[in-house]
Amino acid sequence: MNSDQQTNQDSDISQMDNQKYYWQANLKLLAKLLVVWFTVSFGCGIVLADWLDQFSVFGFKLGFWFAQQGAIYVFVVLIFVYARQMKVLDRQFGVGDENGADQESQP
Amino acid sequence: MSTQMLTYLFVGLSFALYIGIAIWSRAGSTKDFYVAGGGVHPVVNGMATAADWMSAASFISMAGIISFIGRDGSVYLLGWTGGYVLLALLLAPYLRKFGRFTVPDFIGERYYSQAARIVAVICLIFVSFTYVAGQMRGVGIVFSRFLEVDVSTGVIIGMAVVFMYSVLGGMKGITYTQVAQYCVLIFAYMVPAIFISIMITDNPIPQLGFGAEVNDGSGLSVLQKLDGVLLDLGFSPYTEGSKSTIDVFAITAALMFGTAGLPHVLVRFFTVPKVSDARLSAGYALAFIAILYTTAPAVASFARLNLVDTVHNTAYEDAPEWFGNWESTGLIAWQDKNDDGIMQYGAGAALSPIKPSFDGNTGVHGERLLNNQPTESANEVYIDRDIMVLANPEIAGLPGWVIALVAAGGVAAALSTAAGLLLVISSAISHDLLKKTMLPKITEKQELLYARIAAAVAVCIAGLFGIYPPAFVAQVVAFAFGLAAASLFPALLLGIFSKRANKEGAIAGMSVGLVFTFTYIAYFKFVAPELNNTEYWLWGISPEGIGTIGMLLNFAIAIGVSRLTAKPPQSVQELVDNIRIPSGAKAAAKH
Repeated sequence: MNSDQQTNQDSDISQMDNQKYYWQANLKLLAKLLVVWFTVSFGCGIVLADWLDQFSVFGFKLGFWFAQQGAIYVFVVLIFVYARQMKVLDRQFGVGDENGADQESQP
Repeated sequence: MSTQMLTYLFVGLSFALYIGIAIWSRAGSTKDFYVAGGGVHPVVNGMATAADWMSAASFISMAGIISFIGRDGSVYLLGWTGGYVLLALLLAPYLRKFGRFTVPDFIGERYYSQAARIVAVICLIFVSFTYVAGQMRGVGIVFSRFLEVDVSTGVIIGMAVVFMYSVLGGMKGITYTQVAQYCVLIFAYMVPAIFISIMITDNPIPQLGFGAEVNDGSGLSVLQKLDGVLLDLGFSPYTEGSKSTIDVFAITAALMFGTAGLPHVLVRFFTVPKVSDARLSAGYALAFIAILYTTAPAVASFARLNLVDTVHNTAYEDAPEWFGNWESTGLIAWQDKNDDGIMQYGAGAALSPIKPSFDGNTGVHGERLLNNQPTESANEVYIDRDIMVLANPEIAGLPGWVIALVAAGGVAAALSTAAGLLLVISSAISHDLLKKTMLPKITEKQELLYARIAAAVAVCIAGLFGIYPPAFVAQVVAFAFGLAAASLFPALLLGIFSKRANKEGAIAGMSVGLVFTFTYIAYFKFVAPELNNTEYWLWGISPEGIGTIGMLLNFAIAIGVSRLTAKPPQSVQELVDNIRIPSGAKAAAKH
């Protein structure tokens, strides 16, 4: 852990607030994405699958399609949406790693 | 050139490629060895993760299993992909920010406890060795069928290759060979899938062909025809499940949370330069994986249709050549119960006991005779589900080079996963057990040497598993995911998302999750296998799904105990604050 240098008390507090809001925004985003994750897999693919099977899409019963195709596509999209949204949040709160990355390795 | 020669050529060339990469990317430091120097591009890491993840089970067995259980096979498709969402959103970026070498490293530091570190090492070694054993069986199957060498020789050749690049190159060597292996395996998987999709539906994209009409003029879609054909033969329809909803739910959850807690996957995200790269890299990884995972269920349905068409009501003497080829490996058998010389395929076990045992003689039609007793069922054909992907090109009558390609792909899938697993085992031993616990005074050079020795020993043990497969290999796959879900996942998640989680809570949670899950699986799989059915299961949850309950128990206990005991020290709370923001990430560092 990087031990902190002497820092101004005020800026320290506002930095902590900033981090707190960043974290809350992050949790909110996670909650939204995980609801989608749960709905397409456990919802449409498992619990509601039998009911959804009465509908048909691309020649599949809908519940079957979610379980063996659809949910997987949604998963991929979810991760890319997450990566992009987080980048926006990182920038907004100034906690990103664009310049901060230290690729210089230690020995 | 004969198929046999082509197979030697393809497998030989791919081996030469892997070894070449290994020599080019030797590891010079512990950082190279454990995390490939920490500068791997996210797309490259995504590809390597995909190869790391997709094992012999994904490549060889999964489509075969789905082929035989239809709808119920969705648990694997959902479980083994959905876990990546959890991994990407809840773990990978934070573990990357933490920036150390191993998963137990995180647990040990976050819970400021050597005991927690050791518990994590035990979970890791158990999970990883279980998994390696399965890979070696995959290598064995491919070698015995395609290269006609015996299984032991095949395993030794495979181990020699893994030895070369994992002991020499560590994570660095493994990363770049895995990229090559991904390319080989995905190409090998897609080519026959596309051919077969065209053959059955005229649609070159298997994901669409899966839902399209069969081109036999019947006007039925693939799945409608399959449902009908299977129903006629006495099976249940392909698109209807037979497992209970709660069990499907629990198994899927155990596989998902287990996936997110598997150390050999997590550690791949330690190799990218930045936190934002870790997020992106998980997306690429899942995209690369999804190519195979959305093709697999299509292949499964085509293969089943094809199989029924070619085998059922065919005279043994007219059976295509592949039938005899696979019969000679013992993965197919036929017992002429009604003495008509014609193979009848249908529901129910053909033989008793289920696995064929050949008596060394051949019957009047040239079939291998069996010691097994016939069963009541009219089904005369035994087919091992592991062969569905491997035999598919032959069943579909594809040219020799496609068959050779599939052999090379199967080997690539098995070797890439084996190497990733061996690496986490060796780094857990050299880094967490030796450097961090028993011999803190060793220099980096010595640690690297120990890491290589540990990798070498692990390769040899894995080889032994391949040559003398424990009878329970297939049985213990449930262990790997169930245990990862019930032990490691909650400790990692709480370590990031709860500042209140302390060492007492984590140790109690991991221990209870581990012991509960282990006991439940061991009881139904080994102690009382005759009771292994819904009637005796806890809330109707099978041993495959019990990891979900173990995980919930772990969470409940970890949170409860943490509330009742002292807060973690200030320095640990600061550590948690620090890993929650991406800025200031150092490349994975020695400390």
